[in-house]
Amino acid sequence: MKMATAVHPVPERENYLNQEYGVRSWLLTTDHKRIALLYLASITFFFFVGGFFALLIRLELLTPVGDLVQADTYNKLFSMHGQIMVFFFLVPSIPAVLGNFLVPLMIGARDLAFPRINLLSWYLFIIAGILMMHAVLTGGVDTGWTFYTPFSTAFSNTKVIEAGLAIFVAGFSSILTGLNFVVTIHRMRAPGMTWWRLPLFIWSMYATSIIFLLGTPVLAITLTLVIFERAFHLGIFDPTRGGDPLLFQHLFWFYSHPAVYIMILPSMGIVSEIVPCFSRKRIFGYSFVAMASIGIAVFGFLVWAHHMFVAGMSIYAALIFSFLSYLVAVPSAIKVFNWTATLYKGSITFSTPLLYAFGFIGLFTMGGLTGLFLAALGVDVHVTDTYFVVAHFHYIMVGGAVMGYLGGMHFWWPKISGRMYPESLGRLAALIVFIGFNLTFFPQFILGYLGMPRRYWQYPPEFQVLNVLSTAGSTILAVGYVLPMIYFLWSMRYGKHAEPNPWGAAGLEWMTPSPPPTFNFEETPQVTWEAYDYGNIDLPKEVPVER
Amino acid sequence: MSDSPAIVESHNPAQQHHFADMEQQRQAASLGMWLFLATEVMFFGGMFCAYLIYRYWYYPEFAAGSKTLDIWLGAINTGVLICSSLTVALSVRAAQFGKRKLLVTLLVATILLGLVFLGIKGVEWASKFEEHHVPGPSFHFEPTAHSHPNTKIDPQRIQIFFSLYFAMTGIHALHMVIGVGLFAVLTFYAWKGRYNSAYYTPIENAGLYWHFVDIIWIYLFPLLYLIDRKK
Amino acid sequence: MFDNFPLWPARASTTAGNVDALYIFLVVLSSFMSVAIFLMILAFAARYRRRPGHTAEQIEGSTILEITWSVIPFGIFVVIFVWGAVIFFQERTPPRGATEIYVVAKQWMWKLEHEEGHREINELHVPVGRDVKMILTSQDVIHSFYVPAFRIKQDVVPGRYTTAWFRPTRPGTYHLFCAEYCGTQHSGMIGQVVVMEPSQYESWLSGGGTAGSLASTGQTLFQQFACSTCHRSDTQGNGPNLTGKFGKPVLLEDGRTVIEDENYIRESILNPSAKIVAGFKPIMPPFQGMVSEEQLNALVAYIKSLSENPSGPAGSPTMLPAGTQPQAPKAQ
Repeated sequence: MKMATAVHPVPERENYLNQEYGVRSWLLTTDHKRIALLYLASITFFFFVGGFFALLIRLELLTPVGDLVQADTYNKLFSMHGQIMVFFFLVPSIPAVLGNFLVPLMIGARDLAFPRINLLSWYLFIIAGILMMHAVLTGGVDTGWTFYTPFSTAFSNTKVIEAGLAIFVAGFSSILTGLNFVVTIHRMRAPGMTWWRLPLFIWSMYATSIIFLLGTPVLAITLTLVIFERAFHLGIFDPTRGGDPLLFQHLFWFYSHPAVYIMILPSMGIVSEIVPCFSRKRIFGYSFVAMASIGIAVFGFLVWAHHMFVAGMSIYAALIFSFLSYLVAVPSAIKVFNWTATLYKGSITFSTPLLYAFGFIGLFTMGGLTGLFLAALGVDVHVTDTYFVVAHFHYIMVGGAVMGYLGGMHFWWPKISGRMYPESLGRLAALIVFIGFNLTFFPQFILGYLGMPRRYWQYPPEFQVLNVLSTAGSTILAVGYVLPMIYFLWSMRYGKHAEPNPWGAAGLEWMTPSPPPTFNFEETPQVTWEAYDYGNIDLPKEVPVER
Repeated sequence: MSDSPAIVESHNPAQQHHFADMEQQRQAASLGMWLFLATEVMFFGGMFCAYLIYRYWYYPEFAAGSKTLDIWLGAINTGVLICSSLTVALSVRAAQFGKRKLLVTLLVATILLGLVFLGIKGVEWASKFEEHHVPGPSFHFEPTAHSHPNTKIDPQRIQIFFSLYFAMTGIHALHMVIGVGLFAVLTFYAWKGRYNSAYYTPIENAGLYWHFVDIIWIYLFPLLYLIDRKK
Repeated sequence: MFDNFPLWPARASTTAGNVDALYIFLVVLSSFMSVAIFLMILAFAARYRRRPGHTAEQIEGSTILEITWSVIPFGIFVVIFVWGAVIFFQERTPPRGATEIYVVAKQWMWKLEHEEGHREINELHVPVGRDVKMILTSQDVIHSFYVPAFRIKQDVVPGRYTTAWFRPTRPGTYHLFCAEYCGTQHSGMIGQVVVMEPSQYESWLSGGGTAGSLASTGQTLFQQFACSTCHRSDTQGNGPNLTGKFGKPVLLEDGRTVIEDENYIRESILNPSAKIVAGFKPIMPPFQGMVSEEQLNALVAYIKSLSENPSGPAGSPTMLPAGTQPQAPKAQ
């Protein structure tokens, strides 16, 4: 199938980065690509703040006694680590950085549907971030990222209202991002770009956005009610005033479970882009992978109370939610099999993005399988609220989502910056992250089954060896994360200039210069080919960049 | 929706550069507003969910609390909002027909009706404060005036009713304030002549928002004011 | 640091073995699946690495394969679900005749009271081989009663009772943890469960001074708070006769029927107007704020004891004397 004419690079190599200089041109931009970079800077900042808290936690846990920080401080550390990592890093990361950058490019549009709302969503994120950092620096929050009542409404003396407000505003920011994506994908696809020709990254952005739109508002109202309760003595969640603490848990988890799919679906979309490119073949089972994304988003709304099996719910409710939780595991399994099958009879190049994708597939598989343990009622009673859960979700969030994010950053870095990162350092960092990650979190599965509860500042001495291993791993992991920061920054000045399509990848974004011009395409592309058209003669048989 | 350079189209000054044509822009804006309203349904939905659960559990207290609300003021407010939805619908029509003066008049009428609603709401809240029906340390409820003599009203449970009353009507009122502000901005631009038969999308979409806030009230009124009013 | 390095928790209850069996099955299954995926990826990566002369083969997919690897995993999931559900049902169904322990959690300690009246703080002595049912509530925030060696955990919620049960199978001392974050000393809310041989337990029981059995304390309170004025042991009282009603259905004024359990008794003391028994007027005053958690536990225990008649047909073995003899009022 003959492709349409590739867009020719603009002669002067004017691109979105050098089109205009100055702080105002960045702070008042409506270009989705610049907004993506604004987000990149912000979420990276929060990643390191949250990561710093994690290091302090792991340092404290080197010894069974609480000897590094006080108990109250420790409680604030794990609470703020969770809140910052979830709401200020994981939730926005891929959608607001890679999604913002790539969605218009991948569908052949000149920008998102609502560029000014896009900028507004970044400003909301910044306001939220300032509120959060203010809360952190003027006393912190110690409710856990889960804000369970009545502790958060009637017992905690920390900045609950401020943190709640910060997360509310951040949530609003993400709602606007999701809104933008859904409208853009519906209304601004280039001619010929039918739904079944969309890259899977777009499908995953679409599914994620559905969750943003339908789930986040419930978190918003829940936090609002908590704030009202603290500020105005309402008693909706306080048993001493006629309220029900379990109602809070239901409302909270109704958002927070789908939220974990917000955090993983985009990463899965990235893996679906990387694996075909570096195996030089179309993805195996395209429509199944696309539908699995939608399936995860839909079913993800039906399982929230699996966080509450021991909370005091009825047995019958527990049964239903356990069963539904097994249902939602099926589409994820389908994806893992499809990615693996894509490698079959491919021609594989071991670039850094592919190494991260492999890491994702392996670690997400492990994390997902441990989800089966948690969904099994009899086992969950023992391991819920222990380090088993902590290990499970870090396998998915860090071993999965963050590795996918890093893989995507490496894959699209040439497009975003116009430069190549140093490949050998990239592979080294991927390896360090993989090793550090497993050493940090695998021991925690064992700790959890042994019975070490989570959120413990001090613990019985027989848990120490495993905690020491975990802390050792975390220092290695930290190194693995700092490396890309350094060489990405280095590459912006000294990296090799990138071709429009250094990987020989399929996709409209690769048919623009690296970096793209402000309005993306000289002429609107006319799409006449299927997604992942790697058999086509217009795409090179192998990844061109010599590795 | 392709670029067809052969057809000469006059660029509507309201068309934004990233859209291929006005129709795409209009559809995008409309879809965006509907999606936003979906998020608002989920937002209010959380409170309605809490309300339904507590009403099922604490029915006598909810009935007693409901009786303390002024049904006449509530009904008037309902009428006010329904009228304002009429003025909104008519304003969209006026814009469609390019009738600038009529459009401005109707937008102003909508704003005034919204302000009447908010004023009456303020009166209602003030009376709640006076009667000490505000949850918290100063809460006090006189059961005899408002419930069957045989029913024991639990003082905590009835506070749940009032908590939800204030939360739901308060957040609704906040949405009304935002709506009034939105319409004020629209009135200004309408007066400047920005809207005509070729471009009235903001009026349409703001209208959708206003209708939505109205519908929320249509649910709030019976749920809060009309529990057990059989007598 | 290396002295005590367990990799598996002690197994000390009848549930533990069942939970471990499912867990081991899941570990084996997950290891198998992970290794399979890892190996396949590595194998494909090696076998299909780029080489001169070889091109990738464009494969669309295979609906058969998709269905296979959806249905088979789902089938396995159903097996796991059923297995887990069966264990859960057992865990959540206390056997009849279990010894009852009332637990009140507060920031940051566990207060436990045996039926016989023994009170313990952060420690629970139980005899091996006997079913123990705990009736738990919190005085402040949500806590969670967790004994890893028994594989049981139950959140302890303020404002209501939750229950959990176990049967210890091995004497020993086992950790008791609070497993729901509850503030500053959450990680300090650690205690122990001491499982003893039955003979040792009996001597432990008779050793300490007690304030009388829980039910007898409750009977004292029942008179102190003048409950007996309306709740007489005949049908002449303004309130229902409370004898023999525990565990049975109750018809309410509004037509609903509920089972009289611990939560029902508790609610009826704190907020009596919530559920009025059919045929009675709503005149009982609420005792919210006038009775502590421990007093509530005692009253509940007393009212339950009115349904345990050794000569009656109810059949549940009595653990304590039915409160027919009023005892001298004791300081609470």
